Amino acid sequence: MTNSISEILFEVRDAAKAFGAVQALRGVDFQITRGECIGLVGHNGAGKSTLMNVLSGTLTPDRGELHFAGRAGRSDWGVREAQRLGVRSVYQELSLCANLSLAENMRIAQPQLKGWNWRVNAGSQLEASLDRIFPGHGLRADQVVADLSIGKRQLVEIARAFTPGAQPLELMILDEPTSSLDSHAAGQLLAYIREFVAHGKSCILISHKLREIFNVADRVVVMRDGQVVESVRTDQTSRDRLVAAMGQDEQATGFAGEASTTAGPQNAPLVVKVSSPTRTRMEMNAGAGEVIGLAGLAGHGQTGLLLRLQAASAGAADCAVWVDGATSFVAGDRQTDGVFGLWSIARNMSVGCLSQFRRGLLIDLKKERDRAEQWRQRLGLVTPGLDLPIYSLSGGNQQKVLFARALGSTAPIILMDDPMRGVDVGTKHDVYALIADEARRGRTFIWYTTEFDELFHCDRVYVFNNGEVVGELSRAELNEERVLNMSFEEIAA
Amino acid sequence: MSPVLAKRGVHMLHTLLPAMALTLLLGAVFWRQPRAMSYFGINLLLDLAIPLMFATLAQMMILAVSDLDLSIGPFVSLVASIGATLLPTRPALAMLALAAAVGAYALAGAVIESRRLPSIVVTLGLSFVWLGCAVLLLPTPGGLAPGWLSSAMAYRTPWLPMPIWMALVAAVLGHALITRSAFGTLVRGLGGNPAAVARVGWSLVRVRAGVYALAGVFGVIAGLMLVGQTTSADPNIASRYTLVSIAAVILGGGKFVGGYVSPVGAVIGALTMTLAASFLTFLDIAPDWQVGMQGLILIVVLGLRAAIDRLERIA
Repeated sequence: MTNSISEILFEVRDAAKAFGAVQALRGVDFQITRGECIGLVGHNGAGKSTLMNVLSGTLTPDRGELHFAGRAGRSDWGVREAQRLGVRSVYQELSLCANLSLAENMRIAQPQLKGWNWRVNAGSQLEASLDRIFPGHGLRADQVVADLSIGKRQLVEIARAFTPGAQPLELMILDEPTSSLDSHAAGQLLAYIREFVAHGKSCILISHKLREIFNVADRVVVMRDGQVVESVRTDQTSRDRLVAAMGQDEQATGFAGEASTTAGPQNAPLVVKVSSPTRTRMEMNAGAGEVIGLAGLAGHGQTGLLLRLQAASAGAADCAVWVDGATSFVAGDRQTDGVFGLWSIARNMSVGCLSQFRRGLLIDLKKERDRAEQWRQRLGLVTPGLDLPIYSLSGGNQQKVLFARALGSTAPIILMDDPMRGVDVGTKHDVYALIADEARRGRTFIWYTTEFDELFHCDRVYVFNNGEVVGELSRAELNEERVLNMSFEEIAA
Repeated sequence: MSPVLAKRGVHMLHTLLPAMALTLLLGAVFWRQPRAMSYFGINLLLDLAIPLMFATLAQMMILAVSDLDLSIGPFVSLVASIGATLLPTRPALAMLALAAAVGAYALAGAVIESRRLPSIVVTLGLSFVWLGCAVLLLPTPGGLAPGWLSSAMAYRTPWLPMPIWMALVAAVLGHALITRSAFGTLVRGLGGNPAAVARVGWSLVRVRAGVYALAGVFGVIAGLMLVGQTTSADPNIASRYTLVSIAAVILGGGKFVGGYVSPVGAVIGALTMTLAASFLTFLDIAPDWQVGMQGLILIVVLGLRAAIDRLERIA
């Protein structure tokens, strides 16, 4: 794992950056050598994404020095300069133009594709990258991004960034690249990263999945509160030590032992029932107070089912779906389906249940604020004030606000669409406890997740494949191999 | 296999809807007035669509970046006024004035991007500037377009009437520029996801300024063609173009946000909007009702499109 060439590629000294009242980076020192893969971990709001944006040139730090391959100066460090020298990034929020085809998106990133047949060239280059990194991806260059699932879009974006072009490629920064990938594609990507750094390139992998970090990274850098608190070789540390450095309690992210203490309710009244259109497939149901997990590969109909449940509870005619009671939705793709960007944090929380705060025709502002304050404490929201705009929060804290919005309503059924994407271990822990607590009080959770470990928090799990339920597992029966077998079986057939 | 085909079929229906609406309307006109089915008849029917097509292309450029241009009508009027006053007497000054007008458009685009202003506000303000300039130039309706321009617009084109040729030129030009070219891709990308375009190192200010400048060029073409047809101008000659051009782009398959536009559809939309007015005249509907009826036709087509969109999602 040691590097034969230990030349420093990129060095950052004492970088600081503030967004209004939130100090995102407070004097960060960071370096990466050629041929090295660094795993960057930390809480939400620890400053990982900000550091990444500084490295890739999209943010200018308030102070600090950047040295790329020995060059000095931060004044001229911008997106263009970074790309000219070979820094590329894949962002957590997808940066593809949904209205364009894959080839056209390729052209936007690589302006050197010229001539009358640029479209063909761009398309074949992108397809070549996809074939190399994700064999069996099933994508074509003339497909429009809007028609693809979020997981497939992520494949495209990663492949686009790894496509060689006129500009060199020295450093690849990946921010939560596997958060919307299924485990198969995630494995393909991690294998490719090892191959990439073996050729003397460098890679920064930001991830909350510590297993991934231990699989691919040479060194782990831990950030906390806008500072680097630890930088250590992967083979000289352990999962527990990293979690401790991040400022978490040394608890595993939730395995059977801990989670199964809350047994699912027996013979609870049914609140959700989904009958199957074909006889070969299975039915699905959920009782009051149950936590139901939806598993399977990403983009196999889980989100679609949640939307149908929501529509059915709102009164839409759907003969296959029966829902008893109101539902509340926690979106996973918070940028498009979740937050109101122009509103304050408090209003983003209360909008799901404004009728509770009504006084005549108006909103009782004091009551609204009190409730928001309660949720802030219950979820441990990191912010100087609830009246700040929602975008002053980091991604994970924004997600907490969405949880507060859904749980603050009176709806007995909560639908969750992979809500933990890009959320740190600490937040997850808080939310798991919250879910267990609310379930004991009789709330039903239907929970689609791409993280296998989260399924252990569910009473029962339905495995999806090609838009259908192909299997049901109780918590006792749950193991990764069985879920994977069910997920892959039908595709092969 | 069959769901894929069904999806493709629905998609095709979506693409062909503007053309189908136009064909239907044309059929209805010919049924009411068989004599219109001639070189001369079509010329008369669609003459007014020529400047509107180019104004529609201008509007489409702006819609492609998810903005809205509320000043295109007054802008075309201003160009027409310049064409009827300065152009015959002091051509050099007229050219300079037109170039300055295009420059002002580009500047508006740059300001909208760099100051993050809503395009509706900026272009609404600009519309009064254009109107004011036009009134200064031409306080009362009148003026005279240069002879070369009038005779060019009255030229009898071979084989097909001029509006058809112009529609073909506008459609091919627009398609090459917006749908096929690399610049057009960048423009639609900016409409779809500006952050993504900025992250790969493009200057959004430059791209948006370029888009607005091109819209200005199309506006100039529209204004000169209009004054060539009418031979004289007035400061409000093209006021209605603002809303009609938006309707035409949307009718042709464009969307208000997200960078979805279709140049061929937009040209067809402009023809449809013009024809709808003529058709209502043939039906002996009083001019008072015509605007309302035009709106009704628009609602029917958009309703159909929404229905097809729904089908597409199910398929």
